[in-house]
Amino acid sequence: MQNLLQIFFTLLAAGISLYILIRFGSYVFDLATYKIVNLTKGPRMVAVLGGLSILLALPFMIGNMPYLFRTVIIITLYIVLALSLNLVIGFAGQLSMGHSAFYGIGAYTTALLMVEAKWSFWLALLASAVVASLFGFLLGIPTLRLKGDYLAIATIGFGELVRLVLINWVSFTRGPAGIPGIPGPSLFGYTIHTNADYYYIILALMLLTVVISNRLLNSRLGRGLIAIRDDEIAAEAMGINPATVKIMAFVLGAAIAGVAGSFFASYIHYVNPDNFTYVESVVILCMVVLGGTGSIPGVIAGAIILAALPEFLRDISTYRYAIYGMLLILMMINRPQGMIGMELLKGKLKPKSIRLRLKKGGRSHANS
Amino acid sequence: MFLDQLSNGLAIGSIYALTAVGFTMVYGIVRLINFAHGDVYMLGSFLALTAITVFHLPLIPAFLIGMIGAGFFGVILAYFAYKPLFEAPRINLFLSAIGASIFLENFSMLAWGPQTNSFPKLIENNVYRFAGFPVSTLQLVIFGTTVVLVIILSYIVNKTRMGRAMRCTAQDMDAARLMGVNTNRIVYMTFALGSGLGAAAGVLVGMYYQAVFPMMGFMPGLKAFIAAVLGGIGSIPGAMLGGLIMGISETFGAAYISSGYRDGFAFIILIIILLFKPSGLLGKSHQEKV
Repeated sequence: MQNLLQIFFTLLAAGISLYILIRFGSYVFDLATYKIVNLTKGPRMVAVLGGLSILLALPFMIGNMPYLFRTVIIITLYIVLALSLNLVIGFAGQLSMGHSAFYGIGAYTTALLMVEAKWSFWLALLASAVVASLFGFLLGIPTLRLKGDYLAIATIGFGELVRLVLINWVSFTRGPAGIPGIPGPSLFGYTIHTNADYYYIILALMLLTVVISNRLLNSRLGRGLIAIRDDEIAAEAMGINPATVKIMAFVLGAAIAGVAGSFFASYIHYVNPDNFTYVESVVILCMVVLGGTGSIPGVIAGAIILAALPEFLRDISTYRYAIYGMLLILMMINRPQGMIGMELLKGKLKPKSIRLRLKKGGRSHANS
Repeated sequence: MFLDQLSNGLAIGSIYALTAVGFTMVYGIVRLINFAHGDVYMLGSFLALTAITVFHLPLIPAFLIGMIGAGFFGVILAYFAYKPLFEAPRINLFLSAIGASIFLENFSMLAWGPQTNSFPKLIENNVYRFAGFPVSTLQLVIFGTTVVLVIILSYIVNKTRMGRAMRCTAQDMDAARLMGVNTNRIVYMTFALGSGLGAAAGVLVGMYYQAVFPMMGFMPGLKAFIAAVLGGIGSIPGAMLGGLIMGISETFGAAYISSGYRDGFAFIILIIILLFKPSGLLGKSHQEKV
């Protein structure tokens, strides 16, 4: 009984502090986004270059703290995953809940190719992307006719089917025991094994993903995706073929998730079906939703926050997923557009919370 | 062998049917796929288990406590997680439901522990044969409870004043409000009824498999959804039929094809039904209007 009361009060405290954090975080993020978006070209270049040089120099700063370094690598991996899911959910507006399946397919492809067929990591990485995107294509076809929550359930089903196959096809995937002993990547005869090397690989993958997402957003395909997300019927009337566009989103998202899985396999050196469950999909989804569906900086921020959070919540680590659940509910109620909403990034809109404060300053923008 | 599987499939099918009815009722009223329905089912099972093991109650009061407690949880869930979002885009509502589901799973993991709890054996399980058709006592209990609950439900929905208000609200919420129906109360009543039925299914499953664990609601919740879609979402007889079909096909699939893929058959059924008859077996199809 005392135990129950303790759980109840911990959850209550967590819920209230989450609520306050979301409220406070909204204000801070609004203000920061507003300031950053409205920077002039010079300071913006300085900020981007400064950020990049910090990212590049990170191994020299925290190289002697292996645990922290490892966490940074995992966070970067989650950024890649969240960005790949963002292509499907944020850009195309298709609620896919089976993303861990693509992640798992990528990881298993690399694991099997490197352990059984002795491929090099780089070839296996490419193969993972290809295989995962093939599955993305296969999933895309039957789910074209589904929308919203139906699609979500069908994709959960897909994720579960992949997990069942990984567990049950013992002769091929070695079943629940998983595949140990995946070698690290090698480059020109030099085998990569230090954290710094892995960090640079995943950093490169992350930057590549950011560039792809960013370029996609301003391309014909990206605009088509966003039109589909906003209003499918209107987009169709404007001559966009929803089928191709949606499948492209699935394929791209799956390919990037497959690459992330491939990195995971060679970094951890071991894969088993438990790494790629439904819960993993939900965690990635939470990252996208927390940061702001569709907004690239938002998704990065969401991934950093949620991937780093467990390290700070060590004492109440058993409460982690319960807190994720509350986070989803509270975000949906208080701030469905996420911490860094897509609308704010266009820079024209002044967020409500700071609009009030700036009113006296006399700067007026057209806003809705 | 065949008949054994058939009675087993019918028992599991009636449990799915009960869960699916709760699903379909909530969908009919608020157009929400109550993703947390499976977890309410799990909560009902845990509440009944607690009533039996901690408070030493006999089976029937424990069963009722499970149903009422879970109905109460369903209303709380609707109040905190769903009500603020009824006007929001449906996708936000659905994500909130996923959040609620994760929360409930982990809440029960914290409260009762992640291990599998065994449900005490309260009914002597004998196997009877009716003209070669084998039925165990537990299966008879499951059939009986399902039939009784469904009769009570159809009485409530078809004959009472509240049932009429529920049908009105399902048809057109705004018009129902204009006609003087307190739609908020109807929404909460629907959640309470649906959750109670789900919990009844949960307790029956706990008795049938003698196992209760925090994740037990996840798969049945999804399968109940599939059963509701199979029968035509929003239709109560459809949900019953869909549940029975699901239970039987799953049992036969597990017995004759592969038991490892037991949970996979449901999703294959879902994909087939969505491709060929998205409105379900007994559902009405409607065109999307711009």
